[in-house]
Parts: sequence; C-alpha cells; structure tokens
Amino acid sequence: MAMLHTVNKSPFERNALESCISLAKAGSSILLTEDGVVGAMQGTAHSKKIEDAMANISFYVLGPDLKARGLSESNVVNGVKVVDYSGFVDLAADHDSVQSWL
Amino acid sequence: MEDGDQVIKKFMYMNRKAPYGTIYALESLEVVLIAAAFDQDVSLVFADDGVYQLMKGQNTDDIGMKNFSPTYSALGDYDIKKIYIEKESLEERGLTLEDLQELKYEDEDDDWAEKDSIHLVSRAELADVIDQQDVVFSF
Amino acid sequence: MKFGILVNEGPYTHQASDSAYKFAKAAIDKGHEVFRVFFYHDGVNNGTSLAVPPQDDRHIPNQWSELAKEHNVDLVLCVAAAQRRGMLDEDEAQRNGKSANNVAEGFRISGLGQLIEAGIQADRMMVFGD
Repeated sequence: MAMLHTVNKSPFERNALESCISLAKAGSSILLTEDGVVGAMQGTAHSKKIEDAMANISFYVLGPDLKARGLSESNVVNGVKVVDYSGFVDLAADHDSVQSWL
Repeated sequence: MEDGDQVIKKFMYMNRKAPYGTIYALESLEVVLIAAAFDQDVSLVFADDGVYQLMKGQNTDDIGMKNFSPTYSALGDYDIKKIYIEKESLEERGLTLEDLQELKYEDEDDDWAEKDSIHLVSRAELADVIDQQDVVFSF
Repeated sequence: MKFGILVNEGPYTHQASDSAYKFAKAAIDKGHEVFRVFFYHDGVNNGTSLAVPPQDDRHIPNQWSELAKEHNVDLVLCVAAAQRRGMLDEDEAQRNGKSANNVAEGFRISGLGQLIEAGIQADRMMVFGD
C-alpha cells in the first residue's frame, strides 16, 4: 500500500517533516505544501534530510505555494517534482491513502 | 474488507501535540469516542508531543481548563484497544510507560480478561502500522 | 474518485481552508466527486454569514457557499465545535436561547458521525489543518 504523505509546515518551524520522513515507508511519497515548501529548497540546513530520504521516497512540492513565497522552482532540491493543485489531486488518487502531517 | 452490508476500514487517529496548549487533544478524543459507534477497525497513535496527552497526574486547577485526561481510561469501554505509543518519542522526552496512564480493555473473546490496550512500538514498527491504514485523521 | 475533506482551521488565519478549497475545486474540475467537506475545530468559522473581509481579497465563506451551490458539495460544521465557538444556525440558536444565528448559505450543522461516514464512504480522505 503506497501512502501519500503531505507536510504543510516548514522544517524550521515544526518537526512534522522530520517525523514524516522517519515514519514514511519506502515506496511512499511526500508532498510539501503551504509553508512546508520551504523544506524543498536546496542549500538549507534541512536539505540533506530530503536528499537522503529520496533514496526510498518520492518527493513533490506544490508549485503555487513556492510561487506565493517567492521561491523559485529551479532552486528546489534536485529530484523533487513540482506539481500544481491538479497534480495534487492526481497524487491523492494514485496512492492508496493520504496522511497529513500537521 | 466487507462484513455483509458494512464496509470496515482501518481508521487511524494520529496525535502528535501536547494537551491544553491547543484544543486538538481534547477534540480529537471526542471524534474517537463518537467513531466507536461505527464499528470500524480503529487505531490511536500517540507520537512526538502527543505522548504527553497520556501523562498521569494531570492537574489543571491553576490554568482554569477542564482536565479531560480521565476520559482516556474509557477508551476500553468503547472497544478501542489498539493504542500505539512511539518508543522513540518517549525516550527523547525522558519518559517511560510508567509516566503514562495504563489503558486497558476487557477481551470478550477471552472471558472478559483485562488486557493492555497500549502497545509500545518503535518507529519502524509504527511505520508498518501506519502504512496499513485506509483513513488517517490528524488534528 | 470520491473525496472526503476535513478542514481543521478557520478562514484567513491559516492557509488550511484555502488549500482545501483549491484542492476541492481541482478535484471537481478533473471530474471527481467531493462527497463532503467537514469542518472541525476552528474550521467551523468558515461557515460564518457575518464575515466582511476586504473587497480586494477572496471571501472565504462565500467561496465555500458557491462551491456548495454550483456543485452540490455537502458542507458540514461539527455541532459540538460550532457550539463552543458560537456558530449557530436558526435551530441551534433557538434551542440554546440565543438572539441571533450566523451560519452561511450552503453550510449545515451536524454531528461528528458525518465525518466518520465521510471516511467510510469516500475513496480518499484529505485533512487540511495546522
């Protein structure tokens, strides 16, 4: 069963992303939304956590939330895929269940 | 999985926040109690600061809020017997199961023997439990 | 696909309601069904008929009302959470001896059972919160 995990808080603010990564099974996906998109950026104190986790987990980030915060898609960690709300819906439909890490 | 007409899904209630600072602990417990009437396959998880929700000896006199922690002991009566506590969350907070309420249920399949509802699980074990769920509610 | 949506936060303070709304719209645009949107905790405040946000910004309660009207989406405010926070429809106001009611068009007040039912009936349950 592949689960879609969503994280909507910045790793600098909450431990949601850290907890999510430690509990997400290999083969699942993590989508970063709202303030959580901060976690997708290259060159931060948290980038390595994502880079390491990408060995087993697919990462996505919500484009509209990046854009809103003046964050460029080209500065996202290599391999994190940018999706829009339509893509978010597809991700939810394509996984067996969804869990939100608040 | 279907049981005659009724669909039975695996419902998980995820608790990761300490009580009283926000209402999530109380209101999520209210959902769990109502949910009992729907005969689904229910699991409760306490991880991260959520473990504090089960601390023994809560006394809210001086903050002027209602102490709702006694309600957790009723979970067994509502047939909620899969309560997972993440081991690493306890350890990181310098806590052990001794600091938490003992939650029990009566096993109708075993002559109503009183058993522990609480399962202390590692992150790896909890990841497996989570992955099995159909519906996960976070608060 | 049938989606259930849980909104845990009120309008404006958190992005939760906006994210939920955008998700719901995208799902409907793709031909999916949004079975129910259940509002819990401060989320019940999305159902207020008294919001007067600035004209040049989105009107969150109205957006939800319009979604309900155009696409027949069931918007439910949890009765216990609503009572705590002073969100009362006509019946609730009368029953509790209050002088006014404030639930917007398209929202209805009901019990937590509606949330569980949404979890059972929907193919996917989405949670938007803090």
